[in-house]
Amino acid sequence: MSQSSTPERLRFCDLKPGMKVRIIGCGPECPMTDRLADLGLTPGAEFEVKRYAPFGDPVEIRVRGCSLCLRGQESDGIVVEPI
Amino acid sequence: MITERPFTLALVGRPNVGKTTLFNALTGSRQKVANYAGVTVERAEGTADGGRLRVVDIPGLQSLRALSEDEQVAQAVLMGGDQLDAVAVVLDATDLERCLFLFSQVAETGVPMVVVLTMTDLAAKEGAPVSLADLERMVKCPVFAVDAVKGTGMDEFIAGVRRAAPPMDAGFELGFPPAVKAAIQRLSERADSPSLSLRDIRERLLFPVGQESGEWDKAVAVEREGLLGSGIQPRTLDAQTRYSWAAHVLRESAQGQHPGRALTDRIDRVLTHRVWGVGIFLALMYLVFASIYWFASPFMDGIEQGIGWLGGLVEGALEGQPLVQSLVVDGLIGGVGAALVFLPQILILFFFISILEGTGYLARAAFLMDRVLGWCGLNGRAFIPLLSSFACAIPGIMATRVMPDRRTRLATIMVAPLMSCSARLPVYVLVIGAFFEPIIGQWGAGLALFLMHFVGVVLGAPVAWLFTRGRKRQAMPLALELPRYQIPKWKDVLLSLLNRGKVFLKTAGTIIFFMSLLIWGLITFPRADDPEAAYAPSYASLPAEVQERIDFDAYVEQQLMADSALGRVGRFLEPAFLPAGFDWRMTTAILAAFPAREVVVPSLGILFSPGSDTEEDPGTLRDSLARAQWPDGTPLINLWNAAGFMVFFALCCQCMATLAVIKRETGSWKWPVIAFTYMTALAYVLAVVIYQVGRAVG
Repeated sequence: MSQSSTPERLRFCDLKPGMKVRIIGCGPECPMTDRLADLGLTPGAEFEVKRYAPFGDPVEIRVRGCSLCLRGQESDGIVVEPI
Repeated sequence: MITERPFTLALVGRPNVGKTTLFNALTGSRQKVANYAGVTVERAEGTADGGRLRVVDIPGLQSLRALSEDEQVAQAVLMGGDQLDAVAVVLDATDLERCLFLFSQVAETGVPMVVVLTMTDLAAKEGAPVSLADLERMVKCPVFAVDAVKGTGMDEFIAGVRRAAPPMDAGFELGFPPAVKAAIQRLSERADSPSLSLRDIRERLLFPVGQESGEWDKAVAVEREGLLGSGIQPRTLDAQTRYSWAAHVLRESAQGQHPGRALTDRIDRVLTHRVWGVGIFLALMYLVFASIYWFASPFMDGIEQGIGWLGGLVEGALEGQPLVQSLVVDGLIGGVGAALVFLPQILILFFFISILEGTGYLARAAFLMDRVLGWCGLNGRAFIPLLSSFACAIPGIMATRVMPDRRTRLATIMVAPLMSCSARLPVYVLVIGAFFEPIIGQWGAGLALFLMHFVGVVLGAPVAWLFTRGRKRQAMPLALELPRYQIPKWKDVLLSLLNRGKVFLKTAGTIIFFMSLLIWGLITFPRADDPEAAYAPSYASLPAEVQERIDFDAYVEQQLMADSALGRVGRFLEPAFLPAGFDWRMTTAILAAFPAREVVVPSLGILFSPGSDTEEDPGTLRDSLARAQWPDGTPLINLWNAAGFMVFFALCCQCMATLAVIKRETGSWKWPVIAFTYMTALAYVLAVVIYQVGRAVG
């Protein structure tokens, strides 16, 4: 994507519980972009990080009103910005 | 009278929106329902409205771009496999936005539609009431609010399905960007096949398929490049557009907000906590198994007494006909009765499982354990199939259809039969009760039962790792959803118990009955005419200390069995199992249980029957096992071969039905053969190791 000047860009692994973020896009390395998008994780979607499971993975997020658990390895290509 | 062709309706929707609850309410069927995604993995069919309405229930879909096998089933039904007159898209009012995403895809299939809205009460309670009129206006087809549990709205829905509207032209109402529409238009003019719809062209444009070699395909690729150049991400554009449309519909019809989950959040703060959550999970599992042990004893004693009383009654009635007496008392009552004693435990286990399923806790357990599964190459999607396997591996293996990745699915299928199914429960309870409880007490016995259920898990981990070796990437995200907590519906719990009870009694009445007859016959014949005279000389030749340990009557009884047809085969095979400390009777019971492991307890019941003429009070099977002797009169079973026997049953693949399901689900005989071989080998090796280590330790 072209807006490389955006100051605060976070990767999925940088997220902490309680953070509210908006999805900017998915890097080319994200293998499951379309499937994640079908689940509601589209560019522009906002979500809140709820909590991490005991061994640091997966993470529970609140997106479009529901609770979704994602593995870090699968969602690492997602780039977000804080809101 | 003209017989009308019934109106065919398919129920389509996201997982866990209540399709099957609605299906059951419509058709009076009893399909399994629970509070997590992926319970329905096959299509089911029933009729409603006095046979005028044919209803097809299909697995839940996250998206029409099907990847896993259960989703393909759903897709096949939708894409014309069923000659549908209409589809009812089931929308969960508390998860409307994502449900509308799926709706927008279904709308493009061209089948007339109605909308069923579930959970409207809950959505209103949680601050996001849905206006039916507004929703109807936005989606352009009839909308019905239905509560299938209470039965409200059902009549209106049944009467209204025939008003199903042809779907809107979703493709261009959804609001794809002008650049995309223009590209589709250009491609449509160049298309060589007129059968391509605009929707098909859009799909080809946004979702590249591997082979693109023709002239037109090249044009598609060029247009796609063009879109990329203008800042559009083709791969997410489709979903993005649909979700914008869904958000728009939501704003118009439900005040645009998502319903709260305050209570569920509060509970989850504890139950999915990094430390407490795991502690509570383990404690809960311990309580489940320990309470199976505690709660079942009064029922078990009751059934035992009832069977003992029946045996005594029949024995008296058949006095004077020793063979018939033995057939009925030792063979049938001793065999089938020994199995029936364990019905309470199995029902209690199913009671707990269905409670856990009904509340939505299972998804939390999957969340907590996902990482552990990840270490062995599996994912959280494997959790529910594996957990179901604790009830029975067959539904567990079928539940793996929700797993889209073939390799991980196969690995899950291969370890599912290692999970300790309810048919193993009787062996544990029997052996723990006879040999361990006297030493470690009731609490310890509960713990032992709990630990036995861990044997398969602990060994399953490296096995799964081996089967998934070298696989890092998966085709689909975990995407586990944590549903709102619900109070379990007692009807579902009761139904689950009833179903299981029926299955158990059917097994008892068929395979256990026939195997009991067979074993009794083989253990009774051939038979010496005058056993006491026949075995007196050999008893006299026994060393004095052996004679001291074993009296003549017991010796005759032992020899009669040992010289029977089954006894000869058993003794021939005994050397194979001697390293594990199993005598020929234990060996025979194991071999008899290969078709179905339920047979083992009845076999033990017949093989260790105390013999009606030698004992005044025959007692229970537990007592006869504890009293059993080697031919030299030393106690047959000690803690070590008892533990080995349980571990053998925990691991061995003694279930033809499971093997048949593995064949069906994998489409090849290779996998059942592998499962059978590795499990049986594992069981044997571990039983031997435990006994040998035990002997060395003393």
